[in-house]
Amino acid sequence: MNIQTLQDHFWWPVLWSVLKILVVVVPLLLAVAYLTLAERKVIGYIQVRLGPNRVGIKGSLQPIADAIKLLFKEIIIPSSANRFLFLAAPVLAFVPAMLVWAAIPFGPGMAISNMNAGLLYVLAIAGLGVYGIIVAGWASNSKYAFLGAMRAAAQLVAYEIAMGFALVGVLMVAQTLDLSKIVEAQAGGGFWSWYWLPLFPFFLIYFISGVAETNRAPFDVAEGESEIVAGFHVEYSGMAFALFFLAEYANMIFVSILTAILFLGGWYPPINLPPFTWVPGTAWLIAKTAFLLFVFLWIRATFPRYRYDQIMRLGWKVFIPVTIAWIVVIGIALETPLRVLLR
Amino acid sequence: MLNITSILFYAFSIVLLGAATMVVIARNPVYATLYLVLAFFSAAAIFLLLGAEFLGLILILVYVGAVMVLFLFVVMMLDINLARLKEGFLSYLPLGLAIAALGVLELAMVYWTAPMGHIPAPAPFPGNYDNTRALGYVLYTQYLYPFEIAAAILLVAIIAAIALTLRRRSGTKSQRTEEQLRVQAKDRVHLVDLRANKH
Repeated sequence: MNIQTLQDHFWWPVLWSVLKILVVVVPLLLAVAYLTLAERKVIGYIQVRLGPNRVGIKGSLQPIADAIKLLFKEIIIPSSANRFLFLAAPVLAFVPAMLVWAAIPFGPGMAISNMNAGLLYVLAIAGLGVYGIIVAGWASNSKYAFLGAMRAAAQLVAYEIAMGFALVGVLMVAQTLDLSKIVEAQAGGGFWSWYWLPLFPFFLIYFISGVAETNRAPFDVAEGESEIVAGFHVEYSGMAFALFFLAEYANMIFVSILTAILFLGGWYPPINLPPFTWVPGTAWLIAKTAFLLFVFLWIRATFPRYRYDQIMRLGWKVFIPVTIAWIVVIGIALETPLRVLLR
Repeated sequence: MLNITSILFYAFSIVLLGAATMVVIARNPVYATLYLVLAFFSAAAIFLLLGAEFLGLILILVYVGAVMVLFLFVVMMLDINLARLKEGFLSYLPLGLAIAALGVLELAMVYWTAPMGHIPAPAPFPGNYDNTRALGYVLYTQYLYPFEIAAAILLVAIIAAIALTLRRRSGTKSQRTEEQLRVQAKDRVHLVDLRANKH
């Protein structure tokens, strides 16, 4: 059967979609596995330790060992928990973390779905992950889990507004919601024509809000080991716990790649000269994402956890006013001759 | 003729109606809230099927992503007495059914008043059609005043809600961040030069 007859087949669109999804999700899950190793290694070196170094060469098979361990562990359901929601919560956390990847372009037009409202889609779906945390906290019927869920809900609402306003700035300058076109709008002068420069406050606020939205240190009060044991996932074990873990790390990669797409020129090389232009665009995108992921780990190893009221203050009283002010600045700049700086 | 769009439409419609019914009859308020989330989701999917991606995604972003999270937040913390909640159910039921019937009647009118009882299929969109851009264009030109007035009313509502719930008590020992940030070493540490004395 040649390719043409295969493409005429009734099931071809379904098969093609499944293939595209596999091509994205399988490397993503591998990246998640090795991100956990990278985290332990990077934080190890920052703290002058070696990190995991027993399984495989220099610990390179550690994520595989962890995965096997989690797969074979028993899933314990507390006797007073709401059984259905307790088991549904990890799925509610994991599914949105995978769904957002449908709109991410890995190169010009290289996305599972090239939707023309991609920015809106990723913002809408990324906000859904919190249901997994809230439902987990409630269904566990444990005070620590419940406190973690409450914190996560309040934190998400606070930072999602700042995050949304930061993205409003990007779409004002790019004049489109299509993620591929947002990257193309940053083409031209290499490093200096990317949006991180004219939209610098948005760049910082988006990334910091991303750290807060993924519940990573120093904003990890929803877990807060030292105060509320492990927060929302204190009652979880085995694969149910692993799904929360996968969702958190997939979200980290997502925030990093979206920051690279929106503010760091996506698949464009930093300098429009050989040898930089010889490297394929997707490699540049992955390199930028990897750098931002390193920043995630760097932040975690550097800063102590925020106090809860300070997190709220930063979100509501600092980030939101700053983004609103910068939206006005961008709006004025777009209507005056200053717009040459933005385009 | 059932094509894939119609199948999806009917699937989402059935889920939407089922979820909306469960919101009313679910015994547990947390379940009711989660059913409402499902109802919003199905409605957003129907918007997407109609090609109104902006409305569909905004519905998810605003209602599912923010409003329902706060609902869930409140519902989980309240100790809701189910018996009292269900007390008025039967007495309000006729009024609710009447309003529902009115809604169905209005939708039916749209169908009946269409020529020959047949609603023409929407014109296919031109290739570079952008739902978001079209909506923004209409909102900020043709409907500018209603839009701005609605925004002003919402702003007033926000300020009123804050003003009604803001209570300042004197004598509380809450921290003032601006004072904490302004503090300097000389405000907190008083160095005393003690000289060793001979006894």
